[in-house]
Amino acid sequence: MTGVEGFTYPNEVELYWSVLIVLYPYITGLVAGAFILASLERVFRVEAVKPTYRLALLTALAFLIVAPLPLQFHLGHPERSPEMYFTPHSTSAMAMFGYVYLWYLMAVLTFEIWLDYRREIVLQSQQSKGLMRVIYKVITLGSSNISARSLHIDERVGWVVTLVGIPSAFLLHGYVGFIFGSIKANPWWSSPMMPVVFIFSAMVSGIACVMLIYMATSRMRGKKIDMRCVDTVAMYLFYTFIIDFSLEMLDLIHRIYEADESFRTLDFMVHTKLYFSHIVVQIVLGTLIPLVLLGITQVAKLSETARKRSYAIAGILTLIGIFAMRWNVVIGGQLFSKSFLGYTTYKMALVTREGLLVSIALTILPLGILWVLVKLLPPWSEKELHGASAD
Amino acid sequence: MNKFKDAEHLFRFVGLFVLLFVLFLVIRVYVVPKSFGKYGHYRANAITEIAAKPVHFAGHQTCETCHADVAAAKTSGKHVHVNCEACHGALFAHANDPGTVTPPKLDTAKLCVRCHAASAARPKAFPQIAPDHSGGLACETCHQPHNPVIGAGGEK
Amino acid sequence: MNLSRRHILILLPAAAVAWKSILAGTPETSPNYAMSEHWWSMLIDIPKCIGCGNCVRACQTENDVPDGFFRTWVERYHVNDEDMTNPEVISPDGGKEGFPVAEDTSGKYFFVPKMCNHCADSPCTQVCPVGATFISPDGVVLVDQKYCLGCAYCVQACPYGCRYIHPEKKVADKCTLCYHRITKGLTTACCEACPTGARQLVDLKNPNDPIHEFLKTHSVQVLKPQMATGAKVFYNELDGSVR
Repeated sequence: MTGVEGFTYPNEVELYWSVLIVLYPYITGLVAGAFILASLERVFRVEAVKPTYRLALLTALAFLIVAPLPLQFHLGHPERSPEMYFTPHSTSAMAMFGYVYLWYLMAVLTFEIWLDYRREIVLQSQQSKGLMRVIYKVITLGSSNISARSLHIDERVGWVVTLVGIPSAFLLHGYVGFIFGSIKANPWWSSPMMPVVFIFSAMVSGIACVMLIYMATSRMRGKKIDMRCVDTVAMYLFYTFIIDFSLEMLDLIHRIYEADESFRTLDFMVHTKLYFSHIVVQIVLGTLIPLVLLGITQVAKLSETARKRSYAIAGILTLIGIFAMRWNVVIGGQLFSKSFLGYTTYKMALVTREGLLVSIALTILPLGILWVLVKLLPPWSEKELHGASAD
Repeated sequence: MNKFKDAEHLFRFVGLFVLLFVLFLVIRVYVVPKSFGKYGHYRANAITEIAAKPVHFAGHQTCETCHADVAAAKTSGKHVHVNCEACHGALFAHANDPGTVTPPKLDTAKLCVRCHAASAARPKAFPQIAPDHSGGLACETCHQPHNPVIGAGGEK
Repeated sequence: MNLSRRHILILLPAAAVAWKSILAGTPETSPNYAMSEHWWSMLIDIPKCIGCGNCVRACQTENDVPDGFFRTWVERYHVNDEDMTNPEVISPDGGKEGFPVAEDTSGKYFFVPKMCNHCADSPCTQVCPVGATFISPDGVVLVDQKYCLGCAYCVQACPYGCRYIHPEKKVADKCTLCYHRITKGLTTACCEACPTGARQLVDLKNPNDPIHEFLKTHSVQVLKPQMATGAKVFYNELDGSVR
């Protein structure tokens, strides 16, 4: 049984982009979203979200390191991937990934984190012992200058980097949307809205992710959650989510009203094969419920506990919803035939290179990397110092 | 010079960046295939490699250099434009070494119906045969495949 | 008998030259082949197709196409009256073993052989991140299987479903228009095996090619013209219901 209903071109029976390609825009989106949250504090001077600033940067870095891995696992010949750097094809949206990725990794995230942490790194390289001392020493790049003037320069340069970083984050994820949106052969993907929707959904997922990580780490460290901070983050999550949802609905309404040659096929798909992941998970569970929850916290005066719970539930549902959105784009775009006469079925493998286990591992991996980064560059040390002196 | 003293660490970072980029450029020179970009953004040698793949169908011109008699028998019949290998299959190996590679014998009962079995889907003008047409006899009892009109004889 | 036939082959100088280029020829070693003198494509004459599946089998033999994937395949359309947008289409195993006998005599039937359209402005070559797929100077869209990453972006970009990832080689695979044959003066395997002449290899740069006369005198269309891919596989009498 091949799982084909109606007629598909014979080469369309198999799906060529698996769950790993779902994971790729998902992880990249978390990076872009987390960075934009960090830039709120830096560029737009939203003081309330300061406790999440460094955590957001480290989260972005942890996910960014993992972002190309699903692609590598998916490639038929991963050993040839350097060709993307050596002979990038100027007309290919995908070829630019290598460069956009490196730019973002090196020039934006690493640089900004390095500048922001330089004082701690230098201090650690002088205080710690053994292997850690060597590691910190290497990260200082051999400069132990932490004079007030040098730190002031770092501050100024960091601000510029963040400023450059915002369009870079948009570029990083907007172009991921473009990879799909520019495929004219596929009416489910082909839309100029795609990059915009990807950017906003990235912001939504990134903000939700950092909010959850902040709440979880505070709990794990036995520290009190800064409610002013979480309230502000949740507010931004709410507003970004509304924009994201409006854009997605605009896209949907446009498709329904225009009802072009592909509409009947796509409409049928959304009501059958994609019903659960699109209508139930993405729209109801992953969008409407968190929007209502966040909306209530904005309007009603809830107790701290109730707010925390609402945020946690809304955040988790949001992450599930955005994952479902990526799933529906990537997998949904391959379930119908380009002849518009039939459908195929996606059968996820379990233990293969592109299977479920690998994708679960790749989802957990960034959290592991984040744990190491947090150990190496504690995002809350400074705050703790201030807190201690205030006490 | 003193002015830049407090920005010196920035130059270190940028320097590292530039160093890696130069390293990349050097490696690139060695890694990119020589024929890349000769005609366009691809490896020109790939064309030669694809063109060098082995042939399996010899082509009817090749067949006719030896089997002139069959070619002659076909000319007056309806199958004149049906190439040899359309029925006999890919026979480059035979053409290359006729002494050792002999083509398999064909089963007309299976072969002919592939094209001629009656079906509402086939073009109306195309000759089509109902399943009970021969009463179980092999097609070649009456029709010589190289010139299928009854009584044409032709080469076996 | 066999030996003497072989001697004839060796003795006929013209045949011998042709044979040499078939045996070892690449465009550069084929003495008479210059890429700049050709612009290849194909003509598919739908009224002539009888759905025998010869082309599909020939392609698989010639090009070692893996089971379940197709460089060319044949679709059978059944269109009833005004229901143009909802044709009943089948292609069992790509039409490799022909089609079941059609009993329902209502409406109209026709066969549509499909293959790579060797588009002049192909979205598949456009999206390849590394230049592993390209259109050759003689107009054939090829895949460099030693360079392909196997990312499958080209598979997604092809509007016609002509590409697949080779299950063993893990690289993109597709019709090469029998490039290893046409550069040696032979026609493609599918054309060679087609009993009715429904498929014709075409060289648009050759002024003597009958295609020029054909295009002037027939209703010819390409698949999905709205995709504007510069498709070069021309279909004679293509029905509007074909996708």
